[in-house]
Amino acid sequence: MYGNAYIDPNEKPLSILDGEDPIKLAEFEARIDRGEKIEPKDWMPKEYRKQLIRMIEQHAHSEIIGALPEGTWITRAPGFKRKLALMAKVQDEVGHAQLLYSAAETLGKSREAMINDLITGKSKYSNVFNYPALTWADSCIIAWLIDAGAIINQVANSKGSYGPYGRALERICVEESFHLKYGHHNVVTLATGTPFQRQMVQEALTRWWPPIMHFFGPSDKISNHTTILMRWKVKMASNDDMRQQFLNMYVPKIWDLGLVVPDVNLKLNEATGLWDYTEPDWDEFKRVINGGGPCNAERLAVRRNAEEKGRWVRKALLQKDSSYVTPLA
Amino acid sequence: MNTIAIKELLYKMADDLLIMGHRNSEWTGLGPVIEEDIAFSSMAQDKIGQAGALFEILHQLGENEPDTVAFMRDANKMHCSQFVELPNGEYDFSMIRHFLYDHADQLRFEMLVNSSFEPLAQVAKKIKGELKYHVFHANTWVVKLGNGTEESKARMQTALNESWNYALGMFETGDFEKELQSENIFEGEEALKTRWMANITPFIEKANLKVPDQSTWAPILGGRKGYHTEYLQQLVEEMGEVFRLDPTAQW
Ligand SMILES: [Fe+2]
Ligand SMILES: [Fe+2]
Repeated sequence: MYGNAYIDPNEKPLSILDGEDPIKLAEFEARIDRGEKIEPKDWMPKEYRKQLIRMIEQHAHSEIIGALPEGTWITRAPGFKRKLALMAKVQDEVGHAQLLYSAAETLGKSREAMINDLITGKSKYSNVFNYPALTWADSCIIAWLIDAGAIINQVANSKGSYGPYGRALERICVEESFHLKYGHHNVVTLATGTPFQRQMVQEALTRWWPPIMHFFGPSDKISNHTTILMRWKVKMASNDDMRQQFLNMYVPKIWDLGLVVPDVNLKLNEATGLWDYTEPDWDEFKRVINGGGPCNAERLAVRRNAEEKGRWVRKALLQKDSSYVTPLA
Repeated sequence: MNTIAIKELLYKMADDLLIMGHRNSEWTGLGPVIEEDIAFSSMAQDKIGQAGALFEILHQLGENEPDTVAFMRDANKMHCSQFVELPNGEYDFSMIRHFLYDHADQLRFEMLVNSSFEPLAQVAKKIKGELKYHVFHANTWVVKLGNGTEESKARMQTALNESWNYALGMFETGDFEKELQSENIFEGEEALKTRWMANITPFIEKANLKVPDQSTWAPILGGRKGYHTEYLQQLVEEMGEVFRLDPTAQW
């Protein structure tokens, strides 16, 4: 799973290229133009490093926080097949966090510092995880449509210029495609099931539609900043393009199942070839991203608690004779 | 073939795995390091899968579908030991339980490879191989934390003390020990316990921990006969929460 890295439009305009060596900068940009990948030891502009850390870190946080709403359904999943599949899915998400923290560490910020910024609220994660997964059907809608959105985002970003991030994303995308299949199969089962199951999945879709529309973020402001990030292949697609791609791929599938998308204005505009929709409530988006959502406090409290409870274990691992334990998977 | 004796044996093993797997899965997203979230989730998946395989054998012996058996029974119909149903607590208790439980389980399935009941012998071969990694994981961590900081040593010793009598309860004998032995289905709980002691002792020593004094040993029994702590009913209600909404529906 993944949350689109949120670039704050109100951020003070940076003198992005201030103090950069013009020759090195030109070489760097020429490499990117040639489609080469930038590796950890290569020279890179400060702003490139900073934006990538922010992006990869937010992505990693989204994976680990994203494990919480779905994780609460592992213990309640109906039947062996679903229980095993959901455990494997959420385990993958945690594995994505591990992979991404390592990728971000190659840019010079430690995992510990990143997790610290997460639990103190300094760095963000995907807004969608600040909403509750109220029923089993919510966990199914998340696995299908949020993971679908994640794939669109991650496929785009996997072609970005920073080598370690791109390679991590390629691996992640393979697993995400299984998540999407799992989620889709679950939603189909409910949508074609008993009237009770149908109602359950319709209600979940209705609840999750606004966060799904928020998922890709507000329309990008065309600024010097975003133009440079796109030239450097840090930002690979505009938020609106990704949202359109999502609607194009998934709205027909949702309608095929006889489910109702709670937006009367949603339709494919034959003239433009783009989807018309009611503009999402971006004030709500900002309120939630700044801590005002239904689950922000709870998510961070759970994470903080896990960090605090685990501190003695991490301390013991740092002892002289105590080398790191190889994980099972 | 003594079906009643075999069923009793299968039920207690399957329930242990189901409940232990469920508890392991509760660490998802909450581990002390990300790698441990992943490890506990792997073990949870193995154990739930193993439980499913045993319920499948039970199904072939005439019991209900695995899903129905696993997700619809109340606590008093379950045969797990009380040890596995206790809440995860902190990582110290979870780790010690993982160590004590998985050693016992791996030995159990190693013994069952030679069972005269062929379907169980077959499954045991596969499960034994998977559990080898669980035991390896537990050994590594117990030794590491037992030799870590003052705090980690103290925590691990306390967890071992608190777990011990529950762990002994895993070897509560059933009503058919003699039949299982005479028909070469299973060597029995006493034989298992002896091997278990022999296997865990070197690791406990390597971890600089001490087995509680024998004078304090008092196995906590009853689980195999359907007597459980209050935690198990809560667990089975949670586990069955969605399935029980409509047990006839496809989920
Ligand atoms: Fe993911
Ligand atoms: Fe995913």
